This record gives sequence, structure tokens and C-alpha cells, in this order.
Amino acid sequence: MTAVRCVDLSKTYRQGDQEIKALDHVSIDIDAGDFVCLSAPSGGGKTTLLNAIGGLDRPDSGEIYIAGERIDTLSKAELAELRLQRIGFVFQAYNLIPVLTARENVEFVMQVQGVGAAERRREAEAVLEEVGLEGMGDRRPAEMSGGQQQRVAVARAIVSKPALVLADEPTANLDSTTSDELIDLFTRLNGNHGTTFIIATHDRRVMSYARRLVKMLDGRIVDDIRQHAA
Amino acid sequence: MSGVLRISAALAWRNLWRNRRRTTIMLAAIGVGAWAMIFLTSLTQGMVNEMIRDGLSVLPGHVQVHHPEYRDDPSIANLIPVADSELEARFGSAGFRDWATRIRVPAVISSERETRGITLLGIDPARERNFTFVDLETLDGRFLDDADDRGIVIGRKLADTLETRAGKRVVVMSQDPDNELADRGFRVVGVYRANLPSYEEQFVLIGKNTAQQFLHVGDRVTEAIAIGDSFRHVEPVLGSVRVLMQDDPVVVNAWWDLDTYLGAMLPVMDGFVLVWVIVIFLALSFGLVNTLVMSVFERVREIGVMLALGMRPSAIRWQIVVESMLLLALGLAIGNALSFASAYAIRDGIDVSVVAEGMEMMGASARLVPDLTVGNVVLANGVVLVLGFLASLSPAWRASRYDPIEAITTVQ
Repeated sequence: MTAVRCVDLSKTYRQGDQEIKALDHVSIDIDAGDFVCLSAPSGGGKTTLLNAIGGLDRPDSGEIYIAGERIDTLSKAELAELRLQRIGFVFQAYNLIPVLTARENVEFVMQVQGVGAAERRREAEAVLEEVGLEGMGDRRPAEMSGGQQQRVAVARAIVSKPALVLADEPTANLDSTTSDELIDLFTRLNGNHGTTFIIATHDRRVMSYARRLVKMLDGRIVDDIRQHAA
Repeated sequence: MSGVLRISAALAWRNLWRNRRRTTIMLAAIGVGAWAMIFLTSLTQGMVNEMIRDGLSVLPGHVQVHHPEYRDDPSIANLIPVADSELEARFGSAGFRDWATRIRVPAVISSERETRGITLLGIDPARERNFTFVDLETLDGRFLDDADDRGIVIGRKLADTLETRAGKRVVVMSQDPDNELADRGFRVVGVYRANLPSYEEQFVLIGKNTAQQFLHVGDRVTEAIAIGDSFRHVEPVLGSVRVLMQDDPVVVNAWWDLDTYLGAMLPVMDGFVLVWVIVIFLALSFGLVNTLVMSVFERVREIGVMLALGMRPSAIRWQIVVESMLLLALGLAIGNALSFASAYAIRDGIDVSVVAEGMEMMGASARLVPDLTVGNVVLANGVVLVLGFLASLSPAWRASRYDPIEAITTVQ
């Protein structure tokens, strides 16, 4: 089953007098449960593609489907609902809400979804345990290391069991040991829950774990490799 | 409360305390502003109440009955065409808080040195003792004993002008209903002080029965007054008096018809309070909007993340508005507490005799007693909350319009 389908996506940004083609007629299908890395040098278009798939950005042309539903024509509110119910995000800079504890950050999405307090708490505790943060639920982000914060961010992304997790440079701010632990976590979650992961990265270790490596350059897909994960 | 509202409220509360110093300064500003609105309004309200009460105690009462011509020509010829004994019987059985019948005519008073124009009041002291403008405690001499008292009570200022005092004699001249001269010598039995020096100069009191004899009017008076429980709500008294006098050719007026200056005080005061509250709020609103804008600006990225995670823009707006309302509610709580404490501390009034001359020109007394009314407290709180809500809409709207991608990549 196809989790994501992009058909002939194009997106151009203007920077001063210069036009930058962030996406240049990109088409790609991603299967449900796959573990895909988008790799490109800076400005290669991987983040733009990730944002378009996540409904955060609209292409100038082309079509995007998530689980068979076309999303590039949805309104802002419909896109917000799509992100809330079906997509989990992991950002480079963790982007936790600083006034909330780790557990409240994890509960945030469920709370917006309207899940009851008892169920929220139960799910959040379980996911925090799954990402190795058992007993740290009452800490605020400022009281945690970068690796721990990123684990909380991952827990927040997966707690409502989205079909798709999009991660943008998730290891960029982490040291090598913490990066390895995070990649382990991603692959485990991918294996255990069948969640589709699409990760934009230039981290070679992350790429080596991916089952599919999509290389981009100047807004185009230049290579699409199936590989055995490390 | 739904999950979105609950998390928004929690975020709003915690965001408030993120920058404690800024929130504390803003709370102090709102608190002092609310205090200024409520407490200073209560002082002004107290002053106006005093002015009206002073005015009503001697002049109109709450409701007055007169001959139809009396207001244009307040002479002894325009007597109420009903016997005084009949008026007393009617008013006495009507259940008013207080009532009285009087003779009030222009007259001239002379001592051996000076002559002055005055208003002569023929009263029954037993009836008017409870609401007279005469300060009985500082009276030099004595007050009138009864309606048959043959003495005269004059004000301190008039006594100074006439160069007379208690125990000396004066002559009062006026006209009787046949336009014949009526004059009589009186012994000054008391010299009174009043809140307002103008009263001391103008009003001279003699017994009502003595006045009826002196002015040759038999069992008649020029006015009857009734007083209810509150000068703000005299309609019940007005209705009752109209019923009492419905078959007689008289006019019945509420106090605001008889003294338009006093009557204008209430709406002027209400308008003043509203303007005062709004002006203070406008000064406050700059701080409030600045605080909210800064608060939004400092967490652009966070707002972007919330939008990216699927929070609707309307929920972001709600969060900012809730934050503003919490800030205002806390500030108002402080301001209200300060106001109640201040009003309680000076519940017996403060002496403003240093500026009493100026106050007297407006008809106010030299003692300022705060009047903290529920209406003014509700008005101040209501204005702050409603206008605060409106002021918070702009930053809230701005926050909800952020593009999540730009917001998340903002460097802070």
C-alpha cells in the first residue's frame, strides 16, 4: 500500500532577483511501513519535499496524496487536522514547548485531539518508557539533555500512533552516541509499529539505516536506492 | 472544557510566569490602574453624594408640593390651598421615612447695624430635627423648641454680617398675603453652623406656628416635603405624594426638577466615571498590548510548532486571549483589594478643609467620605475586561497568522 504519493511536484522560491527551484518536477511513491531517507546537500530540496508531504507547505504545481487522499488542495484547517491525526513530526531543534513537562509535551497532541486525561497519561507514560525516558516525565525541557529532549520529541511524534512520521535533520544537534541511540529508536518503532518514517538528513549513519535512500540535488531526485539497513 | 481549551489555559497561565519581572510590572500597573479607577471614583462619588444630600436636606427634600405659582413667585401669596392640619394628617399616615410642612418666604432681617435679604423658614423643629442642615452639635445657643417657639435661629456667617449674636434682638420684615408689610422683632436664640457657609448666610429659622401668625396666613404653609429611603430612587415617594394630592390644585415635583444643578450631578457623575475609567484603561492598554506582543514575539517558534503539530489557528488566538484575560483578572483582583482596603481605611472620611473653600463653591462639604458602589466596581472591572479583550485581539490574530515553517525556523 502506498503511504505517500507525490506527482510532478514543483516549487520555486524567489530570493532577491534570483529564482530557486526547491522542487523541480519531483515524483515519488513511498510504501506504508517503509523507512526512507531523503538526502541532499543544503538547498537540495529535501526539507521542502518533507514540508510539502507534511502539509506545511504547498507546491506550486503537482499533486500529493497521503494514504490515497489528495492533500495539496486542502484548506489550512483541513491540513491542520490531517497533521494532527495522521502525521508525526520530529524537528532538528527538538522544538518542545518549554513551559510544559516532558509528559505534558508528549500529551500535547492527544490533548488537542480530545483524548481523555486518563488515557493520555497512560499512553504518554508508555511511550516515554518506550523511548527510554521512564521516570523523567515531570522534567521540563530545560532540565534535560539534547538527546533526552529529542527522545521526548520522538515520543510526541509517535504517541498518537500516526501512520507517517516526518523527521527533519533529527540528529543534527546530537553527538554520535546519542544519534546512534535515536536511530536505533527510529528503526525499532518502524519495526514494532509499522510506522512509515521519512527522514531528511545529511547524516551518513542515518542513511545507512534506511531501507530506501532517495538522493536529491537542485530540487530533483537524482538517485533512488533500495538498500539493506545496517 | 475540551482538551484544546484546557491545554490553552494551562499554557497561558505558565507563559504568564515565564517572564516574572515583566508580568509583575504589568500586574502592578493594572492593579494601580484599577485602584485609581475604583477608589478615586468612590471618592468623587462620595463627594457628589454629599453635595446632593446637603442640598436635599434643606431645599427640596426628595419630593415637594407647592402652589402652582410658587416656583415662579415664591411669595406668601402662593400658599398651598389645603390646610396645614390636613396636610399633616395626609403625610403623617403615608408611611414616608420623613416629611414636613413649612413656610418658606423671602424676607429682610435687620440688626441695629446691618440689613440683609434672607430666606425665612417657618418649621416644626420636631419634624425636621433628623434631616436639618443645621449642625445641632455646634449650635451656639439653642435650637427652636417647637413650632410655637418665639425665638429665631440664624447662621454664623449672617450673625457676623449683622454683627449680632445669641441673646440679641433682630427685626424680620416680609409681606402678608394681602401685600401688607409684616414685621416683627425676634430674639436670637441660636447661631448655627452648617456644612456650607452659603446656608449660614441665607437661611433663617423660626417656629412654623409663629411664622403663620407673623405672616397672617392662618393654618396654611408654602410647601410640604417627603423623604424616602434613597435620593436615587424617589419614584415610590413621588407616586405616593401624587396620590395624596391628586384632588388639589398643586404641583408635585421630585428634587431633580426643583434643583436642576443637583439633578444634573448624577448623570454627570456617571459620565465622568465612565470617561475616567476609559482614560485610565487607555493608558494601561499600551502596556498590556506591548506585553502581549512581546510575549507572542518571544515564542514565535513555539507557536509555529503548535501549528505544525495540528493546533488550529483559532486555538492559538484563544490561548493569547486567555493569557490576556488572566493577566487582567489578576491585576483587577489586586486593584479591587487595594480599593476596598483604601476605602475601608478612610471609611469615616478624610478632612479636606484645607481646600474647603473651593469645595464649598461646588456645594460639597469639607469631609470626603468614599462611596464604593457595586455599580462603579462592576463598571471599572467590566471596562477593563471588555477593552482588554479587544486589545488582545490584535496580538492574538497576529500569532494565529504565523506560517508554521517560517515560525519554526525563526532564530530566537
